[in-house]
Amino acid sequence: MAEITLTGVEKRYGALRVVHGIDLTIAQGEFVVLVGPSGCGKSTTLRMIAGLEDISGGQVRIGGRVVNDLPPRKRNISMVFQNYALYPHMNVRDNLGFGLKIAGQTPDMIAKRVDEAAQILGLADLLDRTPAELSGGQRQRVAMGRAIVRHPDAFLFDEPLSNLDAKLRGQMRAEIKKLHQQVKTTVVYVTHDQVEAMTLADRIVVMRDGQIEQVGTPMQVFNHPANIFVATFIGSPPMNLLPGTISGGAVRLADGSAVPVPPRLTGRAAEGQAVTLGIRADDISPVGHGLSQDGPGAELDLSVVLAEPLGMESLIYTRVAGQEVQAKLYGPRLVNPGDRLTFRLALDRAHLFDAASGRSLEAI
Amino acid sequence: MIRALTTRRTDLAPFLLLLPAVAVMLFVVALPLLFSLWTSLTPYKLTKPASLYVFIGADNYLRLLSDPAFWVPFGRTVLFLTIALNLEFALGLGIALLINQITWGQRGLRTIMMFPMMFSPILVGFQFKFIFNDNIGILNNALQSLGITDQAIPWLVDGWLAMASILFAEMWMSTSVFAILLLAGLFAMPRDPVEAARVDGCNPWQVFRHITLPFLMPFAFIAMTIRSLDVARAYDIVKVMTGGGPAGRTELLWTLIARTGYENAQMGKANAMAYISTLLSIAFTVYFYRKLMAARRFMGGVQ
Repeated sequence: MAEITLTGVEKRYGALRVVHGIDLTIAQGEFVVLVGPSGCGKSTTLRMIAGLEDISGGQVRIGGRVVNDLPPRKRNISMVFQNYALYPHMNVRDNLGFGLKIAGQTPDMIAKRVDEAAQILGLADLLDRTPAELSGGQRQRVAMGRAIVRHPDAFLFDEPLSNLDAKLRGQMRAEIKKLHQQVKTTVVYVTHDQVEAMTLADRIVVMRDGQIEQVGTPMQVFNHPANIFVATFIGSPPMNLLPGTISGGAVRLADGSAVPVPPRLTGRAAEGQAVTLGIRADDISPVGHGLSQDGPGAELDLSVVLAEPLGMESLIYTRVAGQEVQAKLYGPRLVNPGDRLTFRLALDRAHLFDAASGRSLEAI
Repeated sequence: MIRALTTRRTDLAPFLLLLPAVAVMLFVVALPLLFSLWTSLTPYKLTKPASLYVFIGADNYLRLLSDPAFWVPFGRTVLFLTIALNLEFALGLGIALLINQITWGQRGLRTIMMFPMMFSPILVGFQFKFIFNDNIGILNNALQSLGITDQAIPWLVDGWLAMASILFAEMWMSTSVFAILLLAGLFAMPRDPVEAARVDGCNPWQVFRHITLPFLMPFAFIAMTIRSLDVARAYDIVKVMTGGGPAGRTELLWTLIARTGYENAQMGKANAMAYISTLLSIAFTVYFYRKLMAARRFMGGVQ
């Protein structure tokens, strides 16, 4: 187990910079998820930690040791790949024990560790099969087993679940979380799926275009997004965004209607400032059908464009100031397109972003 | 009645449609095969046509079994094949690995590498016959000019040197079969297991030994199957370079068979030898094919 520190880590391909100086400290035993859209540099960052990509600038330290110029085998990390990357010509037992065998461990020791890992991951019955004879989920489990038998300083996961179907993905997600609770090793986990990030992480690192947009616990990132990008990337459906201008303690929207500035943000927004009001679907609900009834609120009369009943809740599409907005209705009640309802905006859960920079006014 | 007729017609139709193909196969393959098998059971000599009708059973085969004049070339062919295939594999693997490393001019090199395969083996034979000639050959000339030796080395006259010279010509011509197939294997190789092995603690040699090489073995076995058939029937290069000499010390199976059949006119005996050689080729093919299947079994279904 070890702490991983990145200072000003950069990756350049010729003149093209794909990772722009990343600073990040991952504590011993912490589960950190790097999340972002494809091409944001999250996998490249992980591969630089692993030693599979050269580091163009900055420093990577694992357990206090600078590893910039060390080959992967000397970094004492293990990695789980998106395509499992099992050794096709070895059976499961040999796949699991390969790293130990290369390290020159005794057969007894290898057998003990392999059995231990097989026990944890439920692979005991599959030890004599070859990877070709396993299902996707089983292969992923073998890949994880191969990572844990070596008792490394850190686990690196590179989108390990994206080749699995939705149901299996949910299962494996839970298994990874359980695994981490058992072995308590430092984990760096890369994914483009914000649900995985939210459910697994101790801390989430949101990346875009080779830069870190925000670092925080899942709840911090969800409840206090640092900017518009994080606000729309984390959470489903994406946060509704309404452009407007601050005028007399309210956000005046494009059609002239006004929503009061959330009380916790008064004083943060200057009169006449162009802002974007952000509010999640969960926080706009027909009166009496929302999550929270108390706290500051604002009421708007809106007509339903489309309703998607999901059982205990319904997703409602409506329009505010000419823009599509998604709202949620809690409780089993049917609404029809064209219905006109009074919606309540939970203002203490609304966000204001500076329109020019995209930054949250809360963060400044 | 009508119904019965139509059923009969549909029953026969497939066979009628196959008839031309069957006839051609009979005429081109089965008939010559049976004829040669028959001649191998007779003392057939081209100079005595009547001997074609004298049946002597397995006499030719029995006599061959105890004939060192047959078994020495037989053993030499097996030895030659083993050495040639191993050296070509090692060399081809080296070339493929090197070419796989370069990023610029790879396609051009691949094409150049195949040049030797574009020449007729007879011409390659003539080329090396002149290179290795002890009096006027460029090799001795070069060695003497460089002062490495002041004697004419009898490349094609000494038994062992002649064999080595033929081996060299054979390898010059055909190592690229291995190189091309192994290079194709390297191109097809997934990158993930290699990276996994590097993270798992392998140094570059261990990655090669435990991951790359096992992955390439099916490709190597394909090349070996092709080349074993090729080398087992080697005739042209040997015929041109040494003619099986000196004193039969480079005689391989097919030069011996050709000599027996055409020069000594003992077609019956030659055909018996040919059948035994064919068995040898089949044995090699089956051996490599088994190896190929075993190596490929693990590769299915992954990635």
